[in-house]
Amino acid sequence: MSVLKLPPYASPLEKAWRVTYLVICAAILLFLIAPILIVIPLSFNAEPYFTFTRKMLSFDPAGYSMRWYDQILTFGMAAPGAPRNASWWLDVWENAKWVEAAQNSVIIGVSATLLATVLGTTAALGLSRPDMPFRRAIMGLLISPMIVPLIITATGLFFFYSETGLAHTYLGIIMAHATLGIPFVIITVTATLVGFDHSLTRAAANLGAPPPLIFFKVILPLILPGVISGALFAFVTSFDEVVVVLFVAGYDQQTLPRQMWNGIREQISPTILAVATILVIFSVALLATVELLRRRSERLRGLSPG
Amino acid sequence: MNEMTPMSPVRGERQGRASSVRFQNVQKSYDGEILVVKDLNLDIASGEFLTMLGPSGSGKTTALMMLAGFEPATHGEIFVNDSPINNVPPHKRGVGMVFQNYALFPHMSVAENLAFPLKVRKLGRGDIEARVARALAMVKMESFGGRRPVQLSGGQQQRIAVARALVFEPTLVLMDEPLGALDKQLREQMQYEIKHIHENLGVTVVYVTHDQTEALTMSDRIAVFNDGRIQQLSTPDRLYEKPENSFVAQFIGENNRLSGAITEVADAICTVSVDGGPTVKATKVVPGGRGTRTTLSIRPERIELAPAKGALPVVIPGRVEELIYLGDHVRVRMSVAGTDAFVVKVPNRVGRTLEPGHETTVGWDPEDCRALDEIAA
Repeated sequence: MSVLKLPPYASPLEKAWRVTYLVICAAILLFLIAPILIVIPLSFNAEPYFTFTRKMLSFDPAGYSMRWYDQILTFGMAAPGAPRNASWWLDVWENAKWVEAAQNSVIIGVSATLLATVLGTTAALGLSRPDMPFRRAIMGLLISPMIVPLIITATGLFFFYSETGLAHTYLGIIMAHATLGIPFVIITVTATLVGFDHSLTRAAANLGAPPPLIFFKVILPLILPGVISGALFAFVTSFDEVVVVLFVAGYDQQTLPRQMWNGIREQISPTILAVATILVIFSVALLATVELLRRRSERLRGLSPG
Repeated sequence: MNEMTPMSPVRGERQGRASSVRFQNVQKSYDGEILVVKDLNLDIASGEFLTMLGPSGSGKTTALMMLAGFEPATHGEIFVNDSPINNVPPHKRGVGMVFQNYALFPHMSVAENLAFPLKVRKLGRGDIEARVARALAMVKMESFGGRRPVQLSGGQQQRIAVARALVFEPTLVLMDEPLGALDKQLREQMQYEIKHIHENLGVTVVYVTHDQTEALTMSDRIAVFNDGRIQQLSTPDRLYEKPENSFVAQFIGENNRLSGAITEVADAICTVSVDGGPTVKATKVVPGGRGTRTTLSIRPERIELAPAKGALPVVIPGRVEELIYLGDHVRVRMSVAGTDAFVVKVPNRVGRTLEPGHETTVGWDPEDCRALDEIAA
């Protein structure tokens, strides 16, 4: 009974409910994570199917292969059959569709994240000042890209960019993704600023620090955990965004989600599953690393004791 | 306290470098309607320890914030060393400040906190280290340089806050209720330490508190604030013994009050008919002649119980109501002249002979009884 962590006076009904409750929790977690987990074994399928074959189910090694991972590299190459030496890898770097898409995704994601983080942090700082007029209205406006249906934002951007010449440019996609990322940065940084002791900025000014120095030496180090979380959300938003890219990007500006979209429509191949597996592992690693770094810096900065 | 003077080499160079401060017709309003500070005029001499004392909302902290530059004055001018500072931003004022919650930077070690104002001033590395070490020695925290503020107790954080406010050798230091968060014993100890640091360094200190004991212990002069105005500006002893109005008499120390009207004036002494019956003599402070309403103020320790006949000019009857034993003395609550909240402090030895219900007399010297402005009941 100790597993249920119930007090000794719990009635049988309470015990029964406790068990039901734990089962429901497990079911919800399974429901959330199953579609992600199922992709992983399927990506090692030896056959070009999206289902488990008889061989896979009987754990026959012949049912599994790395061919779809190989396909990630070779798809789109000029000479995929050539011996795998330096020039073959150069061919991968320059011509493989998936590699090119990954390059674009990283360039766009990193740039959009930087832009969103800088703008979102400054906006959050301004909005946290008590003397800021129309705070709620401005906050609502800045958060709106998160609430407005993406397809509407995308359509609007498409017409706006067509007029201004930003369509089919990297700058256009980066700006669009930054717009989508800014709300996350604003929300996380604002949350961090709630507990911020404003007498620290006064103390810094009193000790002789001009405003820019106060920002970089006192405010920024203290709100850094919020900034990093916001930046992470902004990056992930850009990294898995497909709707705006479909509307705004040119044909040669493939990103990973767009390439996957194309893959589903044009050449139904389990390569997508291999890519998805890599992305899942990448995301988990990214989240874990940032969270560990954030905790470490919080401890070092003395925000939490020990 | 001589072990506390590793800063003394600086002392000679520092003395005479303390700042003077002048508030001239300063007013402050946050909302454009209600004046929080009303026509403040105050001269603070260089090297002085001046305390702004008052209840919360009296305008004392606002006055300090204007001096630090965190709040602009709505009207009037503040001078430091005779130059106006209204248009000088806080970071260029060079004023040290100890904040109520200490405001130590949590992401920096103690030594980094102390080095911050020196780094901002672009001092050399060796110079910074030497000054930080001296400042830590001044507050007896030499071995704490590597700690983070969260790892320190309240009293230790307080010392670091004082050290940080002094490490860049400002000539004017502001303290905003710096001891408010400490327990009684630590507070008393820190009062002495701050006072000694002030004496050793010779800087001008403007200190804000609502604790009258703190103000009396530490200050050269005290400005008592109420309702946005200075009620009285005097040395601690004058403030306690010669309060100029009822607010000051009531706010500083204990105080017996009797309401009445002036019936006769003879130089500095007036005769007052107390509402509860008797007629007594008192020192006249309130302006106005016969018929003026007044509140008499007498300190409990200046009242003599059952004085010898003819020893004191004022003797009136009273009845003992309650005895409160306080160790070194006994507080006797009495019914005198219609009020039953009249308190007399008597030495423990005398107090033991008293009993509730005892009919006796109380007497005082008119010097010790001050006829002040009437408190609106």
